[in-house]
Amino acid sequence: MKSFEYLRPHNLAEALEIMERYGAGARPLLGGTDLTVRIQKGQADPAAVVDLKGVGEIGESIDARGDTVTVGGRVVLSDLVRSDLMQTHYPALVEAASIVGSIQIRNRATLVGNICNASPAADTVPPLIAYAAEVTVAGLDEKGAPIRSRVPLEDFFLGPGETRCAPTELVLGVQLPLPSRPFGCAFGRLTRRRGVDLATINMACSIDAAGITTFAFGAVGPTVVAARDESGELAQPDLPESRREELLRSLVEKTSPISDVRSGEQYRRAMLLTIARRVLRQAFERRQYQSGGQTQGSKHYRGGFGE
Amino acid sequence: MSMQRIRISITVNAERHQLEVDPYETLLELLRDRLDLTGTKKCCGEGECGACTVIMNGRAVNSCIILAAEADGSEVLTIEGLSEGGRPNQLQQAFLDAGAVQCGFCTPGMIMAAHYLLRNNPHPTDEEIREGLSGNLCRCTGYGRIVAAVQAAAAAEATAASKAGLESTPEAPK
Repeated sequence: MKSFEYLRPHNLAEALEIMERYGAGARPLLGGTDLTVRIQKGQADPAAVVDLKGVGEIGESIDARGDTVTVGGRVVLSDLVRSDLMQTHYPALVEAASIVGSIQIRNRATLVGNICNASPAADTVPPLIAYAAEVTVAGLDEKGAPIRSRVPLEDFFLGPGETRCAPTELVLGVQLPLPSRPFGCAFGRLTRRRGVDLATINMACSIDAAGITTFAFGAVGPTVVAARDESGELAQPDLPESRREELLRSLVEKTSPISDVRSGEQYRRAMLLTIARRVLRQAFERRQYQSGGQTQGSKHYRGGFGE
Repeated sequence: MSMQRIRISITVNAERHQLEVDPYETLLELLRDRLDLTGTKKCCGEGECGACTVIMNGRAVNSCIILAAEADGSEVLTIEGLSEGGRPNQLQQAFLDAGAVQCGFCTPGMIMAAHYLLRNNPHPTDEEIREGLSGNLCRCTGYGRIVAAVQAAAAAEATAASKAGLESTPEAPK
């Protein structure tokens, strides 16, 4: 491994001052499950590695306050998966987080790290977008004092490995609104093997109380692609199958899948629709369950997908 | 840039060490090259295969992708720390008895992952064992005997616990 300076700031002001000093030469370190590998392979060559695990302002807990749940930047995926709060309100995110890497990886890797690594195939990002997550970004103002801003995750990514968090800034945590009921969200993923594998396709689908359906498609574009049915049609239980297919096709069209080591483009296109049908159905059923269990409508809806 | 050395304090298998490490040195290199604990193996070097698995602050981790500097202040348990009085512990013995070892290169990591699994889930199903060991690759055994060894260790632990329970019953406070 090439050498670098290892720095361990003790508070946010100190951390941001280091980021300011080194600029693009600094790489923040949380779990290191992506960064350390990249440095070892020579794919990253930072002048400074800034270990943020001693920064108190980057939280290590999951807290509910009012109608928002905050996941601190130091929360590792295995703690997120075990959290009652997360299991109750964000099951699709828990499902996605529980498939990242392996147990050993999840014991180190953080949610914020998975976001900031900005892989188009990051498993936690589609459900986070479907749950309307925001990230808190901190930087220094002109006077050198820390300032914070919130960025919707849907607008956070610029391309593979590129985000709206500048090299001099840091992401402190993730905010998730508590969904108004009834709300349903589901996660789907296609891979060759279950453990220690990157997604060929992943996606999440949510249907909110107003009937707006949000899809977030991963690994089929330079960033995760969000697509929405604002009309409320997709959430209707008695929507004719042909119309549903038409709507799904129009949403899936926003993606731009390519051929790579994990799959060909055509296979990705075909599977996008298949997985989209599945997650839509599951999101619908979860929403239906919140609004009082099985109904005529949900039976009809399920019938429309016969697989 | 002058070579930075980082002073760390680390407890490995209940023994405390004060060391000066390089920024790019990994926990795996520290264990193997400085402390001579070569039971922990280097294989893929990128957190995919699990051969380097150790327990750090109570959690199974891949020591090949953790910087030694990050391990400052931590407690680490390696395969060497599992044995009891120089003899294999119950889990290690179960691997030997079940023939869950062929070339043996994955075995230390596999046993550390199994140790972590059993501590969190003392009575796992076969499916839970496979899930618990899914971060550890073995190219020889086909995994069947590894799963059997973990089941045997879980059963032996349960028997020992119930015996201990029976024996202590008369003296147990009400």
